[in-house]
Amino acid sequence: MNYSILIYETAADFAARTDPDPKQREAYWAAWPVYANALREAGVFVGGAGLQRPETATTLRFRDGQRLVQDGPYADTKEQLGGFFIIDVPDLDTALAWAARVPRAPGRSFEVRPNLVPPGAAP
Amino acid sequence: MTSARRAVEQAARESWGRLLAFLAARTRDLAAAEDALADAYAAALETWPQRGVPEKPEAWLLTAARRRLIDGARHARVQADAVPALLALTNEAQEMVLTEDRFPDERLRLLFVCAHPAIAAAVRTPLMLQVVLGLDAARIASAMLVQPAAMGQRLSRAKAKIRDAGIAFEVPDTAALPERLDAVLEAIYAAYGSGWDDPAGADPRRDGLAAEALDLGRLLLRWLPAEPEAHGLLALMLHCEARRSARRNAAGAYVPLQEQDTTRWSRGLIAEAERHLGGAARAGVMGRFQLEAAIQSVHAQRAVSGRTDWEAIALLYAGLVRFAPTVGAQVGHAAALAEARDAAAGWAQLQAIPAAAVAGYQPYWAVAAHLLARLARRAEAQAAYARAIGLCEDPALRAFLAAQARAV
Repeated sequence: MNYSILIYETAADFAARTDPDPKQREAYWAAWPVYANALREAGVFVGGAGLQRPETATTLRFRDGQRLVQDGPYADTKEQLGGFFIIDVPDLDTALAWAARVPRAPGRSFEVRPNLVPPGAAP
Repeated sequence: MTSARRAVEQAARESWGRLLAFLAARTRDLAAAEDALADAYAAALETWPQRGVPEKPEAWLLTAARRRLIDGARHARVQADAVPALLALTNEAQEMVLTEDRFPDERLRLLFVCAHPAIAAAVRTPLMLQVVLGLDAARIASAMLVQPAAMGQRLSRAKAKIRDAGIAFEVPDTAALPERLDAVLEAIYAAYGSGWDDPAGADPRRDGLAAEALDLGRLLLRWLPAEPEAHGLLALMLHCEARRSARRNAAGAYVPLQEQDTTRWSRGLIAEAERHLGGAARAGVMGRFQLEAAIQSVHAQRAVSGRTDWEAIALLYAGLVRFAPTVGAQVGHAAALAEARDAAAGWAQLQAIPAAAVAGYQPYWAVAAHLLARLARRAEAQAAYARAIGLCEDPALRAFLAAQARAV
């Protein structure tokens, strides 16, 4: 069964990606490929992506058929979606175990959700 | 009532949880398994009176439930793939039923699914009562003081979450066991408390809930015979249960623990509680429920010695506050100190509890009132009694507190 691990990052997280101090930058970047490799080696990796800063997001809404384009992410929350992994594991506890191994940082949170299986598709 | 009807009811009492655990563990869909099993029992009510009770009632029920599950899966074409899997899995069940004497008991898995941290804490106890013991939503709702419709909704949401989030029907491994076991123990104790809060048995909807919690406690021990906290919980419940009939006098008035007639305590239940407390101690790992049971054990010794060792109780409460710093433990500690030393010591301890935590906690105000009265602070004692009475749900306890207040 496929699960998405959604990674919610803080403003500090997003800032660390381009921190002028190479040590800070390195601290952010180093952990991710190691984790992704672990997923691959365990044979559970399905996909994933890191997302750029929320400021780069553009939100599209339709009101009365009118297209409204707005600068910024959909939800204005303290933590923002910073990336996700999709993994294929047998059950929730296994998914949670993998989510617990995602690189951590203060304030960073993880949401685990089963992926939707379209009607008629083999689960 | 016909004998066939009695046979169905007996099968429901004895086999519901075991049949459901078996079906749900294999289909991973609790709600569908429950519906199928309920249909199977309904079919039994129709068929057994006419054709007689089958030789293996559980096998009959399982076959009927299996048919419903397969029909259901075929009907909802989206899950057509599930049909061969269902057939294979339930064939296995069929064989087991036909060859073994007793149906395998997999209710422990079900208990741990209900106690999964991904399930909202408030719904874990109701879920266990429903799926493991087969209580209906209305009965659980009234025991937990919730609207039946709201309870039904919460329960179906929880079952959908178990199915959709893919929670495994497994006993967790040793790393995850402690957290999940705590939730199981808490839920069983909460079920016992709901029954215990109605000591007079005045509320028929709560009748039997304490007994069912005791059943769950015994069940848990059959699987985890070496788990000290499971022994501790059962010992605690048994000690409380031993005093059930002494908590009210002949007129139905509330009798505080210290004034209870110890000849009305059940020696059999006390002995059973002590055996479990001893069993827990052998593991050499202390825990919250063992400490609570030990406190009740000291109280129980009054039946033999005629006195209560308050120093021991205060010491055990101090330990309990370290393990589980609940308001209840802190209030208990203060009350024990007041008895072991003096009212001033108890009052000082009581004052240390944050005010926000006790605003709606009736036992705090009852203990505070009692200690203030002993300290001759009459006006404050009256005010505290008024608050305790205002927070009281039990009419007998309210009458007792009112009488205490008048005596100040």
